[in-house]
Amino acid sequence: METLSYRHKAQERAAGSKSLAIIGVVASGNLEVLVERLLPDTECQVDINTAAEGFGAVWEAVVADFVERRSPGGLKLSINDGGARPDTVALRLAQAVRLIEEDDQ
Amino acid sequence: MNISDRETATVPHLANSKTVSWYEASARQRVQLLLDAGSFHEFIGPEQREESPHLQVFDLPTQFDDGIIIGRGRIAGAPVFVAAQEGRFMGGAFGEVHGAKLTGLLRAARDTKSVPVLILFDTGGVRLQEANAGELAIAEIMRALIEARMAGVKIVGLIGGRAGCYGGGGLIAGCCSALAVSEQGRIGVSGPEVIETNRGVEEFNSRDRALVWRTMGGKHRRLLGGAEAFVDETIQSFRSFALHLIGSAPVFGAEVLKAEQTRLEQRLQRFGLCADAVDIWKAEGVADAEAVPVMAAADFNDLANKAREPRYDAR
Amino acid sequence: MTAWRKAQNSRDARIAAGSKLAQGKVVNARDATALLEAVIRPGDRVCLEGDNQKQADLLAGALATVDAHHVHDLHMVQSGVVLPEHLDVFERGIAKRLDYSYSGPQSARIAKMLFGGKIELGAVHTYLELFARYFIDLTPHVALIAAVSADREGNLYTGPNTEDTPTVVEATAFKDGVVIAQVNEIVDKVPRVDIPGDRVHFVVRADKPFFVEPLFTRDPAAITEGQILTAMLALKGIYGPYGIKRLNHGIGFNTAAIELLLPTYGERLGLKGKIASRFALNPHPALIPAIEAGWVEQIHSFGSEVGMDDYIRARSDVFFTGDDGSLRSNRAFCQVAGLYACDMFIGSTLQIDLQGNSSTITTARIAGFGGAPNMGSDARGRRHPTEPWLRAGQEADPDGPATLRRGRKLVVQIGETFGDKNIPLFVEKLDALILAEKLKLELAPLMIYADDVTHIVTEEGIANLLLCRDKDEREQAIRGVAGYTDVGRARNKKMVQRLRERGVIRRPEDLDIDPLDADRSLLAARSIKDLVRWSGGLYAPPSQFRNW
Repeated sequence: METLSYRHKAQERAAGSKSLAIIGVVASGNLEVLVERLLPDTECQVDINTAAEGFGAVWEAVVADFVERRSPGGLKLSINDGGARPDTVALRLAQAVRLIEEDDQ
Repeated sequence: MNISDRETATVPHLANSKTVSWYEASARQRVQLLLDAGSFHEFIGPEQREESPHLQVFDLPTQFDDGIIIGRGRIAGAPVFVAAQEGRFMGGAFGEVHGAKLTGLLRAARDTKSVPVLILFDTGGVRLQEANAGELAIAEIMRALIEARMAGVKIVGLIGGRAGCYGGGGLIAGCCSALAVSEQGRIGVSGPEVIETNRGVEEFNSRDRALVWRTMGGKHRRLLGGAEAFVDETIQSFRSFALHLIGSAPVFGAEVLKAEQTRLEQRLQRFGLCADAVDIWKAEGVADAEAVPVMAAADFNDLANKAREPRYDAR
Repeated sequence: MTAWRKAQNSRDARIAAGSKLAQGKVVNARDATALLEAVIRPGDRVCLEGDNQKQADLLAGALATVDAHHVHDLHMVQSGVVLPEHLDVFERGIAKRLDYSYSGPQSARIAKMLFGGKIELGAVHTYLELFARYFIDLTPHVALIAAVSADREGNLYTGPNTEDTPTVVEATAFKDGVVIAQVNEIVDKVPRVDIPGDRVHFVVRADKPFFVEPLFTRDPAAITEGQILTAMLALKGIYGPYGIKRLNHGIGFNTAAIELLLPTYGERLGLKGKIASRFALNPHPALIPAIEAGWVEQIHSFGSEVGMDDYIRARSDVFFTGDDGSLRSNRAFCQVAGLYACDMFIGSTLQIDLQGNSSTITTARIAGFGGAPNMGSDARGRRHPTEPWLRAGQEADPDGPATLRRGRKLVVQIGETFGDKNIPLFVEKLDALILAEKLKLELAPLMIYADDVTHIVTEEGIANLLLCRDKDEREQAIRGVAGYTDVGRARNKKMVQRLRERGVIRRPEDLDIDPLDADRSLLAARSIKDLVRWSGGLYAPPSQFRNW
């Protein structure tokens, strides 16, 4: 198992008022993303726990692109990864942000 | 509606609950759409990070909720406890934390003496990696379940996910007040592959999926009396039947247990020599038994309601 | 005089030898091995069906048990190396040389045997190419074929899985070869005559029906969000703009997702009637919703698909069927249709290099080619124009004079940047090149050559190689859709940006597609059961696809 952590500055605070959201399932080729609104508005952090070792460079690139695209200010995203591909990771990160930015039902 | 830290997230872009498939949905989606909108309050949610303490040794990733969601909500306005297993995480299998969450929920229900429990089973049994803790948990759950039933609580199992309801899960399901199962659902203890490995392919060909479903699947369980309700695979259908079964499930006690024992003995006497489920259905007087597996849900239910033995006070 | 009738004399002698075991043309299954020993001579070219789907399994088993002292050094010419027996004949010294097309199920074992020198490889072909050689330099002396039923005159019904049989029989029977058929049953009258009896010499009734594999069934439950996204990109970015009506889908989940998106996403885009109406295609169950929703006018098929017979019978306006009602397939003609009468091929692959060469061969597995090299090639003999063909030609050669500018068939490679087991789709050097070095082959076994590939679609976007002006642009266009693979991360960001501005690369956003919208609710069917429902209960999926 490998643990990775990336801290970034974000352009803007993630929209919405929900403090918590979760998406995905830990299974082969899949991952879960727990997102919590815990940080200052222009900070974000992505913590990863993964079974697939040695892909640090790829995670770093995926996270950097995600931060640039989605501006997840104030969010801490925690990942349990079951060996998902980078594009699946990018999708779940985006889904997580969309979820937490959504209005309540 | 207050926005608390414990709120469970909604899932975006779903079709309405009438058309969402139970089989396709995640455990979270099932809970969200089964209960009244916004009524669910999760206990020991993922942000608590009560993950498995054992999986790391095996280089396996954990899940924040250890593969089971527990909490309280409302269905048609009435309070209910819910437990939902995520069948895609470790095959929905029971581990130490997973099992403890369900035990705790059942004890909480017991203490209310009234609030019913819905268990959304989706499990292959006990995790090999947490075998001892898992088996202990099954026993604790069964005890907590019976105690809750003795205190007057109805416990309804809903079965229709990818993993089915096997192993210890099958045992727990057998202790419930009532079960609703969809076509994709399977209920058993030993899984098809285990039977084949131990008894040979002539005894049970696990790759003959039609055979697997005839033997353990939703329709057969309904016709045999192993499940009270056969539902079509939408979340809406499970919701309707959950409500119905909560209302109609019998009260529990020694007399009910004795009646159940008699019922099972009679079942064994009647059908014990049948080689295939089709033989059982024929013996039950089902016309065109061969066509049962391909029948649409509505037609099947008409047939099941006719073939059903008279209402019994068992379970 | 007799010097010019050697082949006929030989055939007559073989038939005489075989007839000792026959009653008329009919031979008992238990005499099959003896029949082959009587009819086949050492060094013969033998064609064993060996098709993509159906297998003459009884005859394969019989051939694998002939006495290698009498029957040896055979030259096997067959489409598919599928059954273990197809390779057992080489282990046992019965066969020596092999010319074939596809070896998917035996890809690991055949690789071992080729490296171990147990098989003398002629060449790996595409189907149509192998069929062509049956008429010039690989004509079989003996053909071992599979049919559904025969009458006592030897008339054969090959039924929905007719596949290669007419082609094999044509080449063999009319060049003094011997044709031996295994059949499921012998009847008084066959439902239709697919192979006339005058070209069939022996008929063996098998104890069980010949083996057929459901190769073209894809469970909608297994389709992922990534595959749905690439399908959306393909429909909105290629099918729609070029107006692709006549096409072939290669096998795979990416194309299955496209098929399942036609009645939903395709409808939403207003594309019904404008695309995907005429196919060279096996009867894919995943196409049922589109057919039912009125998208499809006509399909010609290479073979059939297990479970689809009743559905096909009930949809004879769409499929090719005989008076008996069942499908009539024909691989040779369908391959020709894909070559000349289709405006696009779209399919998946395992590796793509920096120029766009595409291969499914790895150093441990040699799967061969199947039909892809043919379907995925530009037919330079084509003369009739259509809009998509002309437009592609114009994109490739914008400055050329219009009336001298041939069109181009669209050849699209579609897939996610990381495949099974997270192995990257994009590589700097294809395994096929390494294999060629190892086996000392003159030609690296490429499935589709770079100069035929026109578009690449991944979850990152579409690369239009027709618009690339030179090798460097081509390389960067490919890197620009290679996602987070090593190839993708080594891109020249500035160049990729310029290519995007020119429309050479188009990202989902450029097509107004939000990747978050690519979810399974878009699929017209999400399970095999849904497909059964769409078909009104006519589709009868084989057991391994059921969950009821």
